[in-house]
Amino acid sequence: MSFIHINHVTKSYGEHVVLENLDCHVEKGEFVTIVGASGCGKTTFLNMLLGTEVPSRGSILLEGEPLAEEPNEDRGIVFQRYSVFPHMTAIQNVMLSRELEQSRLLGRLVGAARRKVQDEAATMLQSVGLAQALDKYPHQLSGGMQQRLALAQSLIKKPRILLLDEPFGALDPGIRADMHQLVLALRKEQELTIFMITHDISEGFYLGTRLWVFDKERIDPHAPEAYGAKITYDIPVGQVDRETLDSIHTNLH
Amino acid sequence: MKKLINQYPGKPMRWLLGLLPFLLIAVIYTGASNARLAENPNDKLLPAFGSFVEAIDRLAFTPSKRSGEYLFWQDTASSLQRLAMGVGISAAIGLLFGVLNGIVPYARANLSPLVVAVSLIPPMAILPVLFIVFGLGELSKVVLIVIGITPFLIRDIQQRTLEIPPEQLIKAQTLGANTWQIVLRVVLPQVMPRLLSAVRLSLGSAWLFLIAAEAIAATDGLGYRIFLVRRYLSMDVILPYVVWITLLAFFLDFILRKISLWAFPWFHSAERGGDA
Repeated sequence: MSFIHINHVTKSYGEHVVLENLDCHVEKGEFVTIVGASGCGKTTFLNMLLGTEVPSRGSILLEGEPLAEEPNEDRGIVFQRYSVFPHMTAIQNVMLSRELEQSRLLGRLVGAARRKVQDEAATMLQSVGLAQALDKYPHQLSGGMQQRLALAQSLIKKPRILLLDEPFGALDPGIRADMHQLVLALRKEQELTIFMITHDISEGFYLGTRLWVFDKERIDPHAPEAYGAKITYDIPVGQVDRETLDSIHTNLH
Repeated sequence: MKKLINQYPGKPMRWLLGLLPFLLIAVIYTGASNARLAENPNDKLLPAFGSFVEAIDRLAFTPSKRSGEYLFWQDTASSLQRLAMGVGISAAIGLLFGVLNGIVPYARANLSPLVVAVSLIPPMAILPVLFIVFGLGELSKVVLIVIGITPFLIRDIQQRTLEIPPEQLIKAQTLGANTWQIVLRVVLPQVMPRLLSAVRLSLGSAWLFLIAAEAIAATDGLGYRIFLVRRYLSMDVILPYVVWITLLAFFLDFILRKISLWAFPWFHSAERGGDA
């Protein structure tokens, strides 16, 4: 049995078919990067993994069990922005998930339990390079630091799947390279299973162990919405020839 | 010469420009007052500044001959108490239902139309109903303020709750939060500074309803006093009372703003910075 089974998933809104009959398996520890033209259904796919949208047909199975139809602890997420809570300092942001799980009624810890969680959160922040910013509010942090914080906040919960929705899209190239190193290191350390949407195909190749290209195989010029996108390429990264690369490029642009 | 939109006054200049209209009003008033008094020393419409001082001294620093109380302070305390109760109750109801409507779709579907309908009722039109139902005591005055500003507060807080980015609510769920915890840790702390600014906005209406209610049925209060002395054309009492109410309103607003700045630093810097 595979870790994640995407079982003949179709997503449509009325007549508009967005994704058509996706069927594939993902193993634990894989890093799937997803590229595709705008509006091809990448985000819809990620939302289905996240639980904010439900497949119109088919199902997504996590270790044989259907995914919950609302977001829960199984899946961690980092969005392009708004991923951290503006009213909490960095360390409070990271402590939150522990406080929520240990104090169901108040969502807050005090005393020894709080100090323990505080230490754990500080270690986590240190590992993403935010040791200097524990007591800063998100608005005092740069874009890159905010994304590091969002990663730390999700990872302390040890999600079974980590979803990244263009997490570095708004960052400068230099900072983006730093973030790549961080994600690769964290993945190795925590043996994460990751799905990441990106616009940058070289980023996809560099980070992932597997690259998916979403595209429409069939287009009916009279009814452009009749057919949805599929995974047109499913490439184990590291085994790509020049020709495939070029044809992906032409498809994307 | 720079364009007009790019010219900024320095600090002393700003103060001077800001004070100028006030000085101008004072000068014009004094001129008009002197002119009338020169014609008729008993004129009551535009009393001299000396009469104001006398009136304030009589009401604020001399015990009343009838009850032995200092009327000015008695009026101020009564009015502020009614205002605080009315605004406090409204803020509590506004926060409760605003957050509930904003975060729970079923509550919103159920209550939102009612709130909109109630907010469209002119509160002054149902003031007689309040007097009939709650009597002429303190309660009906407080209830008028509550009815007047609560619908606005509920609608504003509901809107602010809906403006919290959905990403944050999703993120909280992936961190294991249930609905109650999301309200407690994500929504409430972010809505509190917005509640304070909504209360600041609603204070103007709250004063309006307070003074209206006091004018019609009360035995003390700032609004009561103004409407009482109107019978004797006592402009020397009315005008200082109006200035005093204005000052009180200003200080309340100032204090609420300071509280907000002190308690929610993240809110105000994000407000200015735009991002995050």
